[in-house]
Amino acid sequence: MKELYSGNAAIALGALEAGVTLAAGYPGTPSTEILENIAKSKEIYCEWAPNEKVALEVGIGSSLAGARTLVTMKHVGVNVAADPLMTFAYTGVNGGLVLISADDPGMHSSQNEQDNRYFAKFAKIPILEPSDSQEAKDMVRQGLELSELMDIPVMLRITTRVAHSQTLVAAGEPVQREVRNYQKDAKKNLMVPAFARMRRVDLDKRHEKLREYSESTPLNKVEMQDNKVGVVTSGISYQYVKELLPHASVFKVGMTNPLPLDKIREFAIAVDHLYVVEELEPFMEEQMQIEGINLVGKELFPVTGEFSPELLRQKFIQAGELASDGTEHCFNDMPPVPGRPPVLCPGCPHRGVFYTLKKLKLMVTGDIGCYTLGGLPPLEGIDSCVCMGASIGMAHGAEKAVPEMHGRTVAVIGDSTFMHSGITGLLNVVYNQGNSTVIIVDNRTTAMTGHQDHPATGRNLMGEEAPEVDLEALCRAIGVKRVKVVDPLDLEQLKDTVKTEVADPGPSVIIARRPCALLSKEPEGPAIEVDADTCEGCKACLRLSCPAISVTDDKAQVDPNTCNGCGVCMQVCKFGAMVKGGNANA
Amino acid sequence: MRNPVDVLLVGVGGQGTILASKVLCAAARSAGYDIKMSEIHGMAQRGGSVVTQVRLGEEVHSPLIEGGKADVILAFEQLEALRLLPYLKKGGAIIVNKQTIAPVPVLAGLAEYPDNILEYISNKAPGSLAIDALDKAVECGNAKAANVVLLGAMARSMPIDREIWEQALEKTVPPKFLEVNKKAFAAGYEAE
Repeated sequence: MKELYSGNAAIALGALEAGVTLAAGYPGTPSTEILENIAKSKEIYCEWAPNEKVALEVGIGSSLAGARTLVTMKHVGVNVAADPLMTFAYTGVNGGLVLISADDPGMHSSQNEQDNRYFAKFAKIPILEPSDSQEAKDMVRQGLELSELMDIPVMLRITTRVAHSQTLVAAGEPVQREVRNYQKDAKKNLMVPAFARMRRVDLDKRHEKLREYSESTPLNKVEMQDNKVGVVTSGISYQYVKELLPHASVFKVGMTNPLPLDKIREFAIAVDHLYVVEELEPFMEEQMQIEGINLVGKELFPVTGEFSPELLRQKFIQAGELASDGTEHCFNDMPPVPGRPPVLCPGCPHRGVFYTLKKLKLMVTGDIGCYTLGGLPPLEGIDSCVCMGASIGMAHGAEKAVPEMHGRTVAVIGDSTFMHSGITGLLNVVYNQGNSTVIIVDNRTTAMTGHQDHPATGRNLMGEEAPEVDLEALCRAIGVKRVKVVDPLDLEQLKDTVKTEVADPGPSVIIARRPCALLSKEPEGPAIEVDADTCEGCKACLRLSCPAISVTDDKAQVDPNTCNGCGVCMQVCKFGAMVKGGNANA
Repeated sequence: MRNPVDVLLVGVGGQGTILASKVLCAAARSAGYDIKMSEIHGMAQRGGSVVTQVRLGEEVHSPLIEGGKADVILAFEQLEALRLLPYLKKGGAIIVNKQTIAPVPVLAGLAEYPDNILEYISNKAPGSLAIDALDKAVECGNAKAANVVLLGAMARSMPIDREIWEQALEKTVPPKFLEVNKKAFAAGYEAE
């Protein structure tokens, strides 16, 4: 019987069925659950790498040794992994390798939206694009087989809506897990210029073979119906088109690189009006236009944001393919609905850090993680956020370019992010004799993506104990002379340390260490209570942006069910109106 | 078999919307429907809005529901019910938990929690039902079962037999909470 699987869980099942031996990645929404599901099975060796470049390099080694391999990351992770990827296309594989790129149109939880089909085209590797969980599962095996057949890594590009939607999947018969023999072949795998030049030529030959394959593979299929309207589409957009235009003819492109342009041209000739419906960039459209195919694409459908059936309906109404269905409700008189933005949790150890940094009026270069939320009002403790690991380089650059910024600048980075790509940034500060202060907000986990382990937590993805990086010793080994550890729930100590370290010359690291409030099931302490007689209603406590605190009728209130008892608000209240609740004398 | 029935489950992170969606999917699956379910999470556990979309029918293509086309909205919190109300089709059903949870901009005094949400909803959607799911859950023995009270209230109007729902609960809920959840489901099913 078919069962419901998310796209990510289906990919994990696909890896099991296709005989994958090794899987590696770095957590990133919407890709994270793929490896988490593989880890549950215990049949495949799997690991979180400190970053995506390392994950792919591990995967390349596994493939070279002859094993079928899966590497997972979110779209921006491929930027990090791009260096090995470009050359891996030259060497090709031994055991098949599928690289999952989980793109995030609409930026549900990402700092940009980028269409990674261009990465695959850039690297000259095939792209498979599933439109539901069944296809996601099947394409893992098809991708691995294609990878071995054509001697090339394959990108499986999913989007948030495929990764996180659940659709029915039929389990298949697993293949026997086999590992190909390793054979030394320097001309194929040792990319010094003389050998690389030969592989460059070979890559184009393989690409030509892939183009022929793309013309004949059932992954690219025509669903011919009415010849008035034809649609070329891929990924989740296929589902929207099938629903909105049940009588249209559809060219479903399952393999979007290289495009089956001959087959698409035939299809274009067979229909009166041709549309190209693809999320984000005009990837297929531009290649079709070069072939002189008449089409309607991005002039009608947006190049930004996530598609939805609703959006496409509007566009097809505009184009005259659908009649207006007049279902609109009238909600003009609806009262304004306040937003419900994500916030730092009650008891979050980062809260005090950002409260303090805002008070100190520093330029704070931030990084990627839960703590990025510390930049939103009312905390407003971060000025910038670009990509994993960027905080440290940015702080250094600001201080080098404008020396007066020294004493006014600080970088903030999480423990997992520091492991990912902060170490090299810090190394650079030391080497180039910068003066930056780096706060590592160390909550002992990768919290934003759901508490994954990393090299400094003492546990690996398969649930085994692992050696734990000593962050203080690491920073000292890089050459940072001043490394301080503080408890971020102690605001006074935190503030004094930041003031001192930011003002002093030379690089310094402050490790603000306290486990994520969601790691422990127990609250930090009894809920804080408000002494209503002492409370002046000044609302200073509201600047903490704590979900447990509100002010009604000029008196602060703490919701005892939400409060974690961390006590940061007690330190912020000048009047001493916040008091330890319950068995306070304990 | 009917055309797709489109259900939106909306609430605040931590209220159990995902579990309720799972029970719905399990029941719909047992009843023989094709199903697609879509959720966006990542930031959700940090107190944000949570919306789950469930579509069931003979053959479902899109996992997303269009605005103004949802057959049912099951809302775990008043403000979230209001936020998603434009998704409801004319004549659709909305079941609202009377509970309110103020978002941080409201707690911080930067925004106002609207008055009379329930009244507005019942004007716009005459088929609406407001229930005090939290109270009922507490009566059944566990405040956390409010999600299943709401599920029970919705189940009555769905094209799925009651016994299939109860089997779905058994498959989805951990054994030690099953009794409480069965009571909660019944309390919702028999509400008003």
